[in-house]
Amino acid sequence: MLEIKNLHVKLEEEDKVILNGVDLKIGAGEVHAIMGPNGSGKSTLSYVLAGREGYEVTEGSATLEGAELLEMEPEERAASGLFLAFQYPVEIPGVGNMTFLRTAVNAQRKARGEDELSAGDFLKIVRAKAKTLQIDAEMLKRPVNVGFSGGEKKRNEILQMAMLEPKMCILDETDSGLDVDAMKLVAEGVNALRDAGRSFLVITHYQRLLDHIKPDVVHIMAAGRIIKSGGPELALEVENNGYADLLAEAK
Amino acid sequence: MALAQAKSDALAARLDGLAVGGSGWLGAARRDAASRLAAMGLPNKRDEYWRYTDPASLTQAAPMPAALFDAGDEAPAFDGIDAVKLVFVDGVFDAAQSDDPALAGVEITHLSKADGVDIHWAREVYGVLETRGQTPVHRPLATLNTAYAAEGFLIRATAKAAKPVSFTYLHRAEHSDALIHHCIKLEKGAELTILENGPAAARITSVMEVEVADTARFHHIRAQGRDHERRAATHVFSRVGAGALFKSFTLTANGCLTRNEQIVELVGNDGVAHVAGAAVGDGTFHHDDTVFMTHEGQRCESRQVFKKVLMNGAVGVFQGKILVKQGAQKTDGYQISQSLLLDGDSQFLAKPELEIYADDVKCSHGSTSGAIDDTALFYLQSRGVPKRVAQSLLVLAFLAEAIGEIEDEAIAEDIRSRLEGWLQRHEH
Repeated sequence: MLEIKNLHVKLEEEDKVILNGVDLKIGAGEVHAIMGPNGSGKSTLSYVLAGREGYEVTEGSATLEGAELLEMEPEERAASGLFLAFQYPVEIPGVGNMTFLRTAVNAQRKARGEDELSAGDFLKIVRAKAKTLQIDAEMLKRPVNVGFSGGEKKRNEILQMAMLEPKMCILDETDSGLDVDAMKLVAEGVNALRDAGRSFLVITHYQRLLDHIKPDVVHIMAAGRIIKSGGPELALEVENNGYADLLAEAK
Repeated sequence: MALAQAKSDALAARLDGLAVGGSGWLGAARRDAASRLAAMGLPNKRDEYWRYTDPASLTQAAPMPAALFDAGDEAPAFDGIDAVKLVFVDGVFDAAQSDDPALAGVEITHLSKADGVDIHWAREVYGVLETRGQTPVHRPLATLNTAYAAEGFLIRATAKAAKPVSFTYLHRAEHSDALIHHCIKLEKGAELTILENGPAAARITSVMEVEVADTARFHHIRAQGRDHERRAATHVFSRVGAGALFKSFTLTANGCLTRNEQIVELVGNDGVAHVAGAAVGDGTFHHDDTVFMTHEGQRCESRQVFKKVLMNGAVGVFQGKILVKQGAQKTDGYQISQSLLLDGDSQFLAKPELEIYADDVKCSHGSTSGAIDDTALFYLQSRGVPKRVAQSLLVLAFLAEAIGEIEDEAIAEDIRSRLEGWLQRHEH
């Protein structure tokens, strides 16, 4: 599904290298987790894959089902099936959540040469999906993320994911700022979307989220590289011992 | 003295060919205005009040020519709104293109038919609100209009009007110069919506005086046409009674010079006055909103919401003031002026002012100038929304607070779709 090869990235504005040769391969239907200390480049990896400005790829490639992501505009990446759930979902005053969702869904359909959803069909689908995420009609009417609590913002991200039905979902610290119940709800939302044709990359600091979203593979990232990969037990090791041993080992 | 001489010389040149008409009450009001004007002279760019907008092309004897604009297949603003339509061509009323000015609960009289008739209410409004609006600064262009405008309507509403009165101002001659003066009175409990649409002429100098009696409700929505070269100096003077409502919204898309003045007096208790504007300009576009909001009554609410989207060297100006007089306790005043600069060449000049003489009031004001939020743009794109669509969404979102001041949803949608069209035509 997603294949990242020897990805090197530096900041555009300053000569600071953030990613230093990332290799990662995620198969269809797999769930991978990336853990790592602050500043290891986890969020940068997600932004570079989604196409945020401000980064310069100096080497390497990232392909989604064989198509080179790094040459596409952000909206093209989305239309080809990539989705990033933001660590800090953006507030957009003046744009209604519903308008936003519908514009996004139909833009992607159009880009893929599919018919746009009618207002009625769209409404039906969004209401059903919102309900399972405990998102009420009021939240759908409000401007995108404006005045939403931390939990509401993250649930809104998952709702977007559910509506857009991407193939490759990247969750950037989706557990940050959530209490236990909210995290459970979000994890249930994610699990409901798991299927053989959809892959996940879960970026997190804590093992706790991985109790709810069970990964197939766990990667440890440090200093812009993946230094170790393993099964779910690797996350437990980090939880118990921190990163120090792993970092020392990698050196 | 040199400045006074310059103003008086400019006035003499401007008045060449104009004459004060009428012999009855209207003639008297006009003569009074002419003599007030003689004492003021015309505005000059050295006036503090015209600091950010050079009035030269508004005061010069003959207007600069303005090319006629072809809007293509875009329907005129408010085309789909059921209204009594009154059409002006280059500033002159054209009865043949207009509806019969009949509307239950509303009297509509053209100025030319008013002079010989004793219209009591109009005597207390025509030139009267304009005169009241001459402090603390002179507004000579308004006075010139009062003295010399032969076109316009006197409208009195005594009940809730079933539909709006809609003025369409067509521009058909490249050198046309229009003076239009409307005078409107809403009696107690009446409700009326006035729509205005179109550039009117190469140059228009207009005045609308609106007296909103206690508990009456007045709505004004205007779209100033899309002609690139037209110049406009407009004034709306309003006096708002107890428990009454005054709302005015203006859409300005294009026009090389626009000066829109709003002078509002909240004279009764519990009155509400909202003035708003959405302006979008590309290139040679200079747009000036000048607002003077006076609170006299207690517990009144006022809002000023002005948003401008500027690109390729366009210039936006906002001069807005809230004056809270002694005794106007529990005033709730709000003022926001913002610009969205789509490139580094455009300019926004803002002068927000508060002057408060009461001690128990709430007044807030803010003014900002900025670019499109890159983070929001990326967020939208990352969901599959193409960049151009995302930008339009964000620009419309920026304008939403101003458009939100329009109560009628169909009219608001008309304005919104016009802005959408404009954004599509002006890619950035």
